[in-house]
Amino acid sequence: MLSLHGATAAAREAVPVLPVRDFLAAATEALSSGARLGTLFGRDGTSGETALCAVFHDDALGRSRVVETRVRDRFPSLSPSFPQAQAFERAIFEERGVVPEGHPRLVGLREKPDRHPFFEVEGDGVHEVAVGPVHAGVIEPGHFRFQCHGETVLHLEIRLGWQHRGVARLLAGGPDARTLALIETLAGDTTAGHATAYCELFEALAGEGAPPRAQALRGVALELERLAAHAGCLGALAGDVGFLPSASLLGRLRAEFLNATAELCGSRFGRGLLVPGGVRFDLAETAARALADRVESAFARVEEAAELFFETPSVRGRTDGVGVLDADLADALGLVGPAARACGLVRDVRHDHPGGIYRFAYLPIARAEGGDVFSRAWIRLREIERSAAFVAEQLRALPAGAVRAPIGPPRPNRIALSLVEGFRGEIGHVALTGPDGRFERYDVTDPSIHNWPGLAMAMRGESISDFPLCNKSFDLSYAGHDL
Amino acid sequence: MLSVLAHLALAALWPPLLVGIVGRVEAWFAGRVGPPLLQPWRDVWKLLHKGTVQGRNTTWLFRAGPVAGMAAVAGAALLLPAGGLAPIVSFPGDFVVLAYLLGFGRFFLVLSALDTGSSFEGMGAAREVTFASLAEPGLFFCLLALGRLSSGWSLGRMIASAPAAGGPVAALVLVEIALVVIALAENGRIPVDDPATHLELTMIHEVMVLDHGGPDLALVSWAAAVRLFVFLSLVAGLALPSGLTDPRLSLALFCALTVALAVLVGVVESAMARLRLVAVPQLLVGAAVLSGFGLVLSLL
Repeated sequence: MLSLHGATAAAREAVPVLPVRDFLAAATEALSSGARLGTLFGRDGTSGETALCAVFHDDALGRSRVVETRVRDRFPSLSPSFPQAQAFERAIFEERGVVPEGHPRLVGLREKPDRHPFFEVEGDGVHEVAVGPVHAGVIEPGHFRFQCHGETVLHLEIRLGWQHRGVARLLAGGPDARTLALIETLAGDTTAGHATAYCELFEALAGEGAPPRAQALRGVALELERLAAHAGCLGALAGDVGFLPSASLLGRLRAEFLNATAELCGSRFGRGLLVPGGVRFDLAETAARALADRVESAFARVEEAAELFFETPSVRGRTDGVGVLDADLADALGLVGPAARACGLVRDVRHDHPGGIYRFAYLPIARAEGGDVFSRAWIRLREIERSAAFVAEQLRALPAGAVRAPIGPPRPNRIALSLVEGFRGEIGHVALTGPDGRFERYDVTDPSIHNWPGLAMAMRGESISDFPLCNKSFDLSYAGHDL
Repeated sequence: MLSVLAHLALAALWPPLLVGIVGRVEAWFAGRVGPPLLQPWRDVWKLLHKGTVQGRNTTWLFRAGPVAGMAAVAGAALLLPAGGLAPIVSFPGDFVVLAYLLGFGRFFLVLSALDTGSSFEGMGAAREVTFASLAEPGLFFCLLALGRLSSGWSLGRMIASAPAAGGPVAALVLVEIALVVIALAENGRIPVDDPATHLELTMIHEVMVLDHGGPDLALVSWAAAVRLFVFLSLVAGLALPSGLTDPRLSLALFCALTVALAVLVGVVESAMARLRLVAVPQLLVGAAVLSGFGLVLSLL
């Protein structure tokens, strides 16, 4: 297999194309020896075939491996042995009509509920509850089908797809004027995350890098995004259990981080800041120091509000031991980000596959053991603490120099990948350029793809009334899943 | 006659204000200004002027629920004294009628929820009935203890004379605490239910009325306010100092006490998270046990 370290590019011929049997053997070997499946996608091959491309991440070695195969209309599914492959295989089935034979539940990844019956539980006192796609709050659309016995959830099936925009097709043929705008809104709350992944990938394809000052500012934007999202998530968790003081305080403090992002680039969501070759806006020395102070003071208040949340017994009664996911299951499902770290798994792109500023700055990984709602909330507070310290440190010691370097177009016939730890977890982008230097295929993996099944499994045996709380503790994106 | 009219006006108009006070207290804790105190009234008024939409699969039961609910709590309010105002209707044993009037209103609201055939509403109805059946013994223990402590078996006499009858103070205190817990549960307040949530899966009372709108919803909200008033006036009546001769002073004190209790409800809602649904029975059984002790003490 082709090995890549960090955001790097290689010639496309370097990717080995194996016969299906060898491809599966290589995948089995990689996944049984500690690697994770980063992505598995299909694209047009020669003479009507589908080319399957798999990317594995060896976290311990800090490397990624790529391998390809060619299939016609079917291939043996990896999912029975490696559940982390299930969503990718369903996407391949849906997009290309290629059947992963032996897939335990072959429903298109974005298929509407009316086309395929739900998994049903039968028996005395078993009832079904349907929620969505239209929800009571201002959130994205998705359908949840619960099989319940009284208040206990026996099974939860999640059907998404209402946010499908055909991103792969929109990105193919790029980069063009729309590419960056589309990348920034893959998941609306992960602008800096996806934009960083895109820019690093673009720079790898072009064979050039961003200046150090730009890399530091990208890191600041990415961590501010994490700060805002985590503070907002903790506030929403407080709201879901009806604990008003933390809910309103944290909801307000989220805005402090959004406003800090706006000072970087004029957009509270970080839109328009990143660009291949650097960042569009510089930050003056005095403004950077003032921003560092503000982030620190906002953090102090977040900590206060969050401590109140964690120290209130009635809150702990709602969060402790609820929605438990054990480490083995989380590993088998391929969970990433805070949800995985809350189960005791050590995986963080900033540590395992560092890119940009993270090659020079060390961020300790937060980790918890419980795998419950409490752990997923607690992890977020710890990450807030570390990100705030990181942002303040970077802003006080920004490298000198330009923030943007001229950059050429992507080189032809290359494959490149980039990994970024967004606030939800691992964001993976893979691009293949054609002979004209255009994207022949641009594959995006949002952390939500990895993590939605975790929510379904965490709900087994839980009270249906705890679902909103569990759902919020995973804090997943619908748009990022549907793409 | 005048006092009956005053009593009716109080029972009808005062409760939405109490709901407004709860909302303001919560807003204060959350660092917000909050809605005007009269907002619940304005909401009811607005809803009364709207039309209503009804599912094709619903029957007369759907619309009967809010009406029966309102009638039941209004009837319950007639049985209770309000400060210096004696109950409008009073007879020995009327406390049983009080408990079952509240049960009657709930029964019809549950029927109208089930009538929609929605899985949400069925789930809410099941929760409501489960928790109500656990709250009822506590309420009865409280009322029986009051009957024993006082010199009569009508609510008017029980509430007016129990504090002054010279029975064990501890019994009265236990009954008061149990009544506050039962009041929080019966009115769908935190820690049992969260009236402010938008999450259908966690709701109890609110989810049962999701399909109601317009005048039906106005009746439901109004009845919920009166229900809160009924429970708070039970608690407030017992806390009134005995020996007040001036009925106006007594009434003013009563109103002030209901306001104080509404503030207490707001503080409880702000200071703690909602319980897990599986833990709610423990709370209700705890309240029943407390009131049971109160009853035992009152028998001594």
